Amino acid sequence: MTLTAADVAEILRLVEDSNFDELSLEFEGLKLSFRRGERQAEQQTVAAALPVTAVPASAGAAPATAATADLHSQAVISPMLGTFYRAPKPGAPPFVTVGAAVEEDSIVGIIEVMKLMNTVRAQVRGTVAEVLVTDGALVEYGEILLRVRRAV
Amino acid sequence: MAIRRILIANRGEIAVRIIRTCRKLDIETVLAVSEADRDSLAATQADRTVCIGPARSSDSYLKADTIVQAALGTKADAIHPGYGFLSERPALAQLCEASGVVFIGPTAVQIESVADKVRARAEATSAGVPVAPGATVTCIAEAMAAGREIGTPLLVKAASGGGGRGMKRVDRLEELPAAMELAAVEAQAAFGDARVFLERYIASARHVEVQVLGDGRGRVNHLGERDCSVQRRYQKLLEESPAIGLSDDCRRRLHEAAVRFAGRLSYRGAGTVEFLVDQQRDSFYFLEMNARIQVEHPVTEAVTGFDLIAEQIAIASGAGLSFVQSDVEIKGCAIECRVNAEDPDNHFAPSPGIAREVSWPSGDGIRVDTHIVAGSRIPPFYDSLLGKVIAHGRDRKSTLERLRSAIAAVRIVGVKTNLSFHAMLLADAEFQAGGVDTGFVERLLARGQSSPRCAHG
Repeated sequence: MTLTAADVAEILRLVEDSNFDELSLEFEGLKLSFRRGERQAEQQTVAAALPVTAVPASAGAAPATAATADLHSQAVISPMLGTFYRAPKPGAPPFVTVGAAVEEDSIVGIIEVMKLMNTVRAQVRGTVAEVLVTDGALVEYGEILLRVRRAV
Repeated sequence: MAIRRILIANRGEIAVRIIRTCRKLDIETVLAVSEADRDSLAATQADRTVCIGPARSSDSYLKADTIVQAALGTKADAIHPGYGFLSERPALAQLCEASGVVFIGPTAVQIESVADKVRARAEATSAGVPVAPGATVTCIAEAMAAGREIGTPLLVKAASGGGGRGMKRVDRLEELPAAMELAAVEAQAAFGDARVFLERYIASARHVEVQVLGDGRGRVNHLGERDCSVQRRYQKLLEESPAIGLSDDCRRRLHEAAVRFAGRLSYRGAGTVEFLVDQQRDSFYFLEMNARIQVEHPVTEAVTGFDLIAEQIAIASGAGLSFVQSDVEIKGCAIECRVNAEDPDNHFAPSPGIAREVSWPSGDGIRVDTHIVAGSRIPPFYDSLLGKVIAHGRDRKSTLERLRSAIAAVRIVGVKTNLSFHAMLLADAEFQAGGVDTGFVERLLARGQSSPRCAHG
């Protein structure tokens, strides 16, 4: 079962046009719920409540965004724009490679914004299934950095 | 330095506008977007789009370090800040200067000297530019003494304010202590700077501003003036060039004052020096300088034939000014209406949503700057400007006719707009006669309330 960005957009549109303040959808292994709070927070609430973190596909030539979401794997999303580093310093072994086991708080990379280093954590327990970004690349906010196969 | 790739740190119609000139100049564009703007019109037009953060501007468009990182990461030579957001924050200009990225705008020092209204007033005085009677005050006792000298009505203004923000009007001296305290608290909250100053309130005045371009080496030319007196709560709704009914002498003195002010700063780039014109006394006062491209720049482009964005880029690249003052000729008249997603029947409350059907006018002497097409989202996070309809004609009468039919031809379904307000404004005899003051919109709206409501189109 997959949920595309278009599906999410459609659901959002339906809710936006409705009189309902809360919506809760549940089907095999996927739970989608959001609440219409203060208007300012709408967008963020929605993104945060989505367990499969589907980012609306950009019209431009944006790098890999989650158009579809595999229920068994979870994307680790870049929380900011910056330069992504896979290792703590040049020449050092990467924080994680494919097959590595990660905990929620495992560091998977560093994002540099104007000389400020920000650590990125897996936020999911499982095994690294795929690394989508090369060392030293510019990553955007919302870009998928890696996929983690969730531990069951 | 040749500019081959520009990162645009803005959104909406101005992002579309900047892309248009970049294409003409064969310059690549990288658009920095928030998550809410990934599918905006500008995003479809830019050569590349990078997402800098979530919808809320404080987490995206206002993050100077992320913007500069985005420019470095995409190998952009320069950043165009547009208007609003970081355009007049010294932080972005500074960071650019430190990172080897060209900032398309003035230097950080120049932004600082005009952002501080107290300092700008002092600069104006030194440049021999008249300022309204006023004083910097630090305590109530000082304020009372200064207030007595200036006389009422007066305004308490925030030193870091601008565009009408952080202002309190005082009609009787007894109200001054309370107004001053409130203004200081608000100024601290809004601008992180509690300093305030007093200025005489000019009851019946026109808002006239002069467009200038400086090469950063002391040469400054002007591109005539714009009348922006049609405002509601200090928000401009309609602008025109030239300002009708000014004496030739007054107009010349305004231009010279603006050039002197910017020249003293060795101003670099496009800027606007705003004045209040007291028509009865044939005199004017310096209000503030805006160190950026302005929303209403198209009326100047229409009457002068210059591309202001192209001039900004040329100056930033070090090419200097492409013209001398005597090349500037004002041809005909141009008027711009700002079409906003707001409800004139409900105190102009913002009306975000999706514009399902959109149709903008076109034709001789009509220009539309917009980012709104059918299906465009108007997110609640940003300003409510949908587009600008600009008419240009050989005189004010023919321009007004063009503009009236153009406004009548705009069709936007899905969000409320202020089009009915513009229709009413353009049909008003006082406005048609020209030269209205800044209190005009309030009077017009009061008049509208006592007569039957006009139909909405």
